[in-house]
Amino acid sequence: MEELKFDLPSAAQTIARDPVLVGVVASGNCEVLVEQSKAVGHCAVTVHTSAHGFAPIWQAVVEDFSARRHAGGLSIEINDVGATPAVVSLRLDQAIEVWEEHSNG
Amino acid sequence: MNREQLLPALFPSGWTEQSSTAHAFTGTGQVGDTTVQVIGSSDAAEVGGDLALFMARSVLDTVRDHPRRPILFLLDTQGQRLRRHDEMLGLNGYMAHLAKCVEIARHRGHPIISLVYGQAVSGGYLTTGMMADACYALADAEIKVMNLPAMARITKIPLKRLEELAAQSPVFSPGVDNYFRMGHVLEVWSDDLAAHLQQALATASIPQDDQRMRLGQDRGGRKLARPVALRVLAHA
Amino acid sequence: MANSYFDSSARERLLATVDAGTFHEFLPPSARVASPHLRQLDQPVAFDDGIVIGSARLGGQPILVAAQEGGFLGGAIGEVHGAKLVGLIDRARVEKPAAVVLILDSGGVRLHEANAGLVAVSELIRAVLAARLEGIRFIGLIGGAGGCFGGTGLIARCCDVLVMSEEGRLAMSGPEVIETVHGVEEFDSRDRALVWRVTGGKHRYLIGEIDELVEDDAAAFRDAAIRLLSVPGGLSLADVEREHAQLQRRWTRFAEAEDPTDIWRALGVADPAQLSMLTAAEFVALAAPCRSHS
Repeated sequence: MEELKFDLPSAAQTIARDPVLVGVVASGNCEVLVEQSKAVGHCAVTVHTSAHGFAPIWQAVVEDFSARRHAGGLSIEINDVGATPAVVSLRLDQAIEVWEEHSNG
Repeated sequence: MNREQLLPALFPSGWTEQSSTAHAFTGTGQVGDTTVQVIGSSDAAEVGGDLALFMARSVLDTVRDHPRRPILFLLDTQGQRLRRHDEMLGLNGYMAHLAKCVEIARHRGHPIISLVYGQAVSGGYLTTGMMADACYALADAEIKVMNLPAMARITKIPLKRLEELAAQSPVFSPGVDNYFRMGHVLEVWSDDLAAHLQQALATASIPQDDQRMRLGQDRGGRKLARPVALRVLAHA
Repeated sequence: MANSYFDSSARERLLATVDAGTFHEFLPPSARVASPHLRQLDQPVAFDDGIVIGSARLGGQPILVAAQEGGFLGGAIGEVHGAKLVGLIDRARVEKPAAVVLILDSGGVRLHEANAGLVAVSELIRAVLAARLEGIRFIGLIGGAGGCFGGTGLIARCCDVLVMSEEGRLAMSGPEVIETVHGVEEFDSRDRALVWRVTGGKHRYLIGEIDELVEDDAAAFRDAAIRLLSVPGGLSLADVEREHAQLQRRWTRFAEAEDPTDIWRALGVADPAQLSMLTAAEFVALAAPCRSHS
């Protein structure tokens, strides 16, 4: 397994809620866990992947995601089994959509 | 050790066969004043629907005719029978049925003990010996899910890596000692089997819930199972 | 629009089964109770170790519920997965919910943790049966891609009642294993029609291994589970003696049967070849008068 860490500026996510999980740890797929963090203007992403040597591609996906979405103040952890960049982007977007759908209370 | 050697070693005072096939047998043995119902598999038996029914019948007859009589399962099995016919008729249902019979017997106060004397493999062991209150094994017996080369092929983890890890971890590789550390085998027996059996009967007469998670934790083979189960129980 | 149960994840199935907004998860992914054994083997882990558990309501009644994720290592049972489920059943014995609903999708014991998995399955069988003797009702739902094999196939048949879709598979050994050991004549694992005739929901319904056969639709599974809440729970000696007689009869009656269609014909199904074409409702209407009851 390869572990990658990213920390990127991102517009603040204003909704506060319980952690969100999307996806499945299956071949060609990944699971994405999104939690509240204290770093207001930043999104921290940790990736555990069985596909080695793709750090630049993960960098690009995560940069694109943090620029497009409100992920500031969120901490994201991913368990990946060789998902394509398109699938990873999809899961990240799905996770934020679920996050923004509900709020606590 | 085969069944002809095992039975006199366990029951020096006497063993009476009631019914027997090439791969299964049932009968009674004396331990002091106590009559023990013995239900066994032999000669690397394949557990198919017929063997499950044979054993289930013996458990049900014991429950009906001999309240609280201790039941001793003796196991030598290569696992479940791997035939389309058994699967078609619902082998998992037959095996689960046997487990239900054993649970009913336990609920009605029958002490249940098992001893692996040959092999015990995976599904062949699950609803028979593993249902006991106390599970024992001979020192030279074998308990396993699968051998390492087959495991390496299916998991696609190199055999060498599995072998390295097996030397330090009891979690996946074959071995009675690994099942002892997992908390499943209560004790490993050698030498005076009759004395071991006497002791086992004395201990088993005190009914208890399944203690194997606690044992697995105490012995270090399963450090997480009990804490996780307790956390679920306590979760808000 | 129909929501395929087969294509859904464990979480999706669970949420579609229980009453909306009532699910409360125990040991959620954020608790990160994953498998240390997979980590040691440098394998991917899942935050929930491939099983979602918690409390919910079903048809307004309190239940405890678990869903196995068939996509993660075939839904196979390891130390943590098994312990989560044992803990849930222990909790049921204390809380006495209307039922424990098990959304099963698993090939059995996880090889990477084979010994822990085997013992866990054994603990689960004991836990389910002990709870049933105390009157706790177990409803099993089977319809995922992983099927319900090995130890999970045993746990399934320890439940009070089972619901399957045609797509679901329930057996002890997988066809591939049987083919590997005894050859393609014994079981051609690539003959999909054969695999579904032998292990699929419609056959299991006909021989009396399961209680309801439904469409591959999450709402259909939910409706069946709600219906089955009113089936009496418990496990008695009389129940087991009755089951023994039925299993013995089945064993003897179909001793010469080679293919499941032989059995279906013997049960009075006029056109066995047509069964796979029928919808669940058409099939049940035709099969209900013919089938052996468990």
